[in-house]
Amino acid sequence: MSDAASTGRQARRNGSDLVLLLRQNAGLVTAVGLFCIVYFLYHLKHPKGFSTQVLVQNSNEIFSLAMLAMAQTVPVLMAGLDLSVGAVMTMVDCIASHTLQGSAWQIALGMVACLAAGTLAGFLNGCVVVYGRIQPIIATLATGAIYIGIALFLRPTPGGKLNEDLNWASTNSLEDFASTLGIFEDGKANWFQPIAWFPTSFVLLLLVALVVWVPFRRSVTGRTIYAVGSAEGAAYMSGLNISRAKLTAFTLAGFFAGVGGLFLAIQTSSGNADIPQAGSYTLNSIASVVIGGTSLLGGTGGAIGSIFGTCILRVISFNFRIFDIAPLLQPLFEGIVLLAAVSLGALGVLRVKNTLELFR
Amino acid sequence: MSTPALKTSIIPLSLFQLPRDDRPIAIAALFIVAILVAGTSYTLWKFGSAPLLSPNYLMQQLQVGSFLGVVAAGMMVVILLGHIDLSVPWTLAAAAMMATAVGGAWAIPAGLGVGLLVGIINGIGVAYLRVPSMIFTLGVNAVMRGLMVWHTGGFAPQTAATDLMRFLAAERSYGIPHAIFVWAAVSVVVIVILQRTALGRYVYAIGNKEAAAYLAGVATRRVILTAFVLCSLTTSVAGVLLAGYSTKAYQGMGDAYLLPAIAAVVIGGTNILGGRGRYLGTLVGVILIVLLNSVLSIMEMPEAGRQIIYGLVIISMLLVYGRGERVMS
Repeated sequence: MSDAASTGRQARRNGSDLVLLLRQNAGLVTAVGLFCIVYFLYHLKHPKGFSTQVLVQNSNEIFSLAMLAMAQTVPVLMAGLDLSVGAVMTMVDCIASHTLQGSAWQIALGMVACLAAGTLAGFLNGCVVVYGRIQPIIATLATGAIYIGIALFLRPTPGGKLNEDLNWASTNSLEDFASTLGIFEDGKANWFQPIAWFPTSFVLLLLVALVVWVPFRRSVTGRTIYAVGSAEGAAYMSGLNISRAKLTAFTLAGFFAGVGGLFLAIQTSSGNADIPQAGSYTLNSIASVVIGGTSLLGGTGGAIGSIFGTCILRVISFNFRIFDIAPLLQPLFEGIVLLAAVSLGALGVLRVKNTLELFR
Repeated sequence: MSTPALKTSIIPLSLFQLPRDDRPIAIAALFIVAILVAGTSYTLWKFGSAPLLSPNYLMQQLQVGSFLGVVAAGMMVVILLGHIDLSVPWTLAAAAMMATAVGGAWAIPAGLGVGLLVGIINGIGVAYLRVPSMIFTLGVNAVMRGLMVWHTGGFAPQTAATDLMRFLAAERSYGIPHAIFVWAAVSVVVIVILQRTALGRYVYAIGNKEAAAYLAGVATRRVILTAFVLCSLTTSVAGVLLAGYSTKAYQGMGDAYLLPAIAAVVIGGTNILGGRGRYLGTLVGVILIVLLNSVLSIMEMPEAGRQIIYGLVIISMLLVYGRGERVMS
């Protein structure tokens, strides 16, 4: 067997690997492609298109929902559902409006407290689901009411005040972030220039995705979550620790929702226990997950896809602003786009040869 | 398998010897009594009166509760299938808005027509396109909201409910609000469908295992479509009633009915995964939620405390009887 032949086979195998990879991630690829097209059109049409200002604004509007979509992805991967993500976000938002003041150390401590509160809420969800053996959808419906109650207790009326520097640093470009912190020669350092125009919130989103989600997905617990979503019985018989996977999934969801709530508080500079907002964030997080290519039946998909799902949802509403669609028609178009997006995924039904395959 | 025997030996209550589907109903009914006792002792201690036990007050609470009861009746049929209908809020509001907008003799048919249409769309999406009901009905809800915002211009519509709607929802005969009669009528229809017709049997069968029902010759897709139509129809009945009760339709009037309806169905012992549950349980669940709400408002509990108690009650009820099986194979 010559070297040339084996390299050729290797190349062919790499090629088919790529095809396989694309096919396995068809939902993600579709979501990314759709997002690129829609977002490119948006910038072409926008009077200030391709500018940092627009990027920063968009990125800020995407961040919290993207976090909730990531949060929602983890339980959905195990064929569960977390209806409390919006409530956890709202609760952390209200906690942040009390804690993010004072000196740098106090603020840092306050942030840790916020994230801990979100994580704890997620952990409690996990406990109710795992040890209480209550269906996730109804368990999180109930715990969500409790978290909203806590949020209302902390902030009966909207208000609170957050550190202004923090708001400025987190919701603008990296250059403003650096100059607020006084690092990298106030963001004017030469090496810093190529990335100085990045929106800070976008970088934060990337960081959370790469530092938390990607390693988690590769861990045993992460793989167990996928296994539980595909076939819980088989996962159990394979000796995987199902209880730990479920607990971790809900805890991680709580953490992501906490990050979302923290940013929402920083972005709006106040806390607001807004029940309708919590509900609409929860429902939009489910929509983002589905558009991002994760199956509600569990086992396939991932949080990266959900981020793009959120981007698509949001960019569609961005487009309404610049394409002169009457504001009164916007909710209708949003609804139709959502309905069309989820129905498109159903076209596979037409290809099913054996009707029994419909009843998974 | 030894758990029931164990429980009867520790707790010598006949409660645990009841059939599996009746136990939740008995426990929820006991909880209702507990709420009434706690609420009454609170009012006796605080005001020296017992409004919770006066028939007039109870009738008034049940009148308000009948809207939730009608929604929960339809929701239960969909949950029995193992599906869920999240389009309730704006189906309810759309039915109310259309009914008041059309007015006259055609007001109620127009409202019910909205329900019929939404139900058919939901059914096609879930049964024929096989989109998960959770996400499809969510999309339909968004579309209905968009249509209504477009229709009303985002303001509360200026149209008023007709006299017939007022008669059905807000007036009384012999001290009994008419809304309770409507609730009773809807309940009888749902009970007959679930227990006395093939359709009802099919609903339970599909909730247990759709593939098995299909292989047994059930036209499962048509049954799912019918169930979603039924759910949207009852929702639109609730919308018409609520518009009659408050003399007008308004934005977001259905928002407060989705989650309590699901909670009422589940507290009543219906399995959220479908296939199991009795209508009597849903009835008890609705009454429980309505009474809990009224006791909390008598206690002048702030919204924060209400939400927390609401969540804790659902969780503790389910911990008593709603626990799933551990997956072992």
